[in-house]
Amino acid sequence: MEFGIFTVGDVTTDPTNGTTPTEHERIKNTVAIAKKAEEVGLDVFATGQHHNPPFIPSAPTTTLAYIGAQTERIKLSTSTTLITTTDPVRIAEDYATLQHLVEGRMDLMMGRGNTGPVYPWFGKDIRQGIALAIENYALLHRLWREENVDWQGRFRTPLQGFTSVPRPLEGNPPFVWHGSIRSPEIAEQAAYYGDGFFANHIFWPGSHTERMIGLYRRRFEHYGHGTAAQAIVGLGGQAYMRRNSQDAVREFRPYFDNAPVYGHGPTLEEFTAQTPLTVGSPQQVIERTLGFRDYVGDYQRQLFLMDHAGLPLKTVLEQLDLLGEVVAELRPQFEALRSADVPADPPAHGSPLSAAPLEARA
Amino acid sequence: MSRIAVVTAGLSEPSSTRLLADLLAQATAAQLGPDTEIDVIELRPLAHDLANAFATGFPAGELAEAIEKVASADGLIAVTPVFSASYSGLFKMFFDVLDTGVLDGMPVLVAATAGTARHSLVLDHAMRPMFSYLKAVVVPTGVFAASEDWGSGGSVVGELRTRIDKAGGQLAALVSGRPAGRRTRSLADPFDDVVDFETLLNS
Repeated sequence: MEFGIFTVGDVTTDPTNGTTPTEHERIKNTVAIAKKAEEVGLDVFATGQHHNPPFIPSAPTTTLAYIGAQTERIKLSTSTTLITTTDPVRIAEDYATLQHLVEGRMDLMMGRGNTGPVYPWFGKDIRQGIALAIENYALLHRLWREENVDWQGRFRTPLQGFTSVPRPLEGNPPFVWHGSIRSPEIAEQAAYYGDGFFANHIFWPGSHTERMIGLYRRRFEHYGHGTAAQAIVGLGGQAYMRRNSQDAVREFRPYFDNAPVYGHGPTLEEFTAQTPLTVGSPQQVIERTLGFRDYVGDYQRQLFLMDHAGLPLKTVLEQLDLLGEVVAELRPQFEALRSADVPADPPAHGSPLSAAPLEARA
Repeated sequence: MSRIAVVTAGLSEPSSTRLLADLLAQATAAQLGPDTEIDVIELRPLAHDLANAFATGFPAGELAEAIEKVASADGLIAVTPVFSASYSGLFKMFFDVLDTGVLDGMPVLVAATAGTARHSLVLDHAMRPMFSYLKAVVVPTGVFAASEDWGSGGSVVGELRTRIDKAGGQLAALVSGRPAGRRTRSLADPFDDVVDFETLLNS
């Protein structure tokens, strides 16, 4: 099982002292956070993609390649790559290039993006979000698997005899996840292709995630990729830790109360009860995280959101030290629980599943 | 057997809005028969959950249960006090957090209360347009009760009583006229059924 972190890349004022990092600081901090993630033994670093303030990651492959050059082992990924507003041809080229540069130490997650104004900036319409995700990914999937692509669709100019370069490393397309907060169509899409499915998990109650993962697993089996239990599942998580759980609650509360996504709404206590957010001791995070398995089954990737809402770099790095300890405990415990016929990890470059031909789904 | 959901946005205790809601429910049940189930949803205790749903994007706890009760009902009675010439903000918040299509085809009886009869057009200028947008089927008779319509001790006088019975009868007719199982829609598991991918791909 892989453990890692995912970042939104928000530039947010620290509510405890009113300071706001510059874009330059936030970009460099993101690199420092990724390197620290490798240092503490995490497996994955994933960045979001945004094209509007207050976010910095508009060019995720640039950042990931830079991190890849300064790390040895950590897998680079996205959370998410906007399959709706990014030309699938550019995604094919950018991520195949990244794949070569980091020797296959990467994968990526497709997402739609929920910021209405961003769509028209790229000539698209948010009301077509699902249709864009489906058509654009269908093209991306072919671009990485076919040398000469003739293609015509609703959302981009047709292609005649197009070859996306560079070709995927050693002929193996990068493994793809499809991320979603609440859309059954995306679970269906992931199941159809036999790709991974990543449930955001952190903004909604676990019961909701359970239903979405359940649908993905059933359909994964339906399309002949393996048993429902063998489907490739990833989950988001969110934690803030101190040795003493009261210290964690006291320190995190102002960040929670003012957080861009859910601030000024429920109390910290309500939100921790309703969603996977855990604020407390490392042991509490271990127990909560193991509990995710109770409602989604054995799964292959757990990513935590650790660096948002204006938390200063120093605090984030301290959190990653604690997360490293948590993950060291979680690894053997998850492994001991895992069914023998379920893959421990998601497919990596060169592993059999990622190279499985599309025909396998028929 | 039919199940009627009653959403009432009254704030005081006792509340004339709740009183009107109860009378409408009784009048509807009297027409539908003794096995009619009535689920009353008071919005005041859900005020925090409603505000939180706006902040988080998901309905928590008792709000989720209330939404499910409305979504799976055979008919809806919706009653609000008039605030600043329209339905109250609390009333609107509940209907704002419903997923698209939840009230599609739902028979709805609209009713409102206020201090004076000058506000009575709120039924037709605010409530009907909102429920039309939500694709609900609003019964022809709406019921408006001003302070003067209530006799001493909460008893109902004259024309209001007639109107309550008429509106309840119309809602009952719509509900019972529906073929069995026509639209009852449960939100229990929206991930139970999915559009096949080939259909998505080719649409």
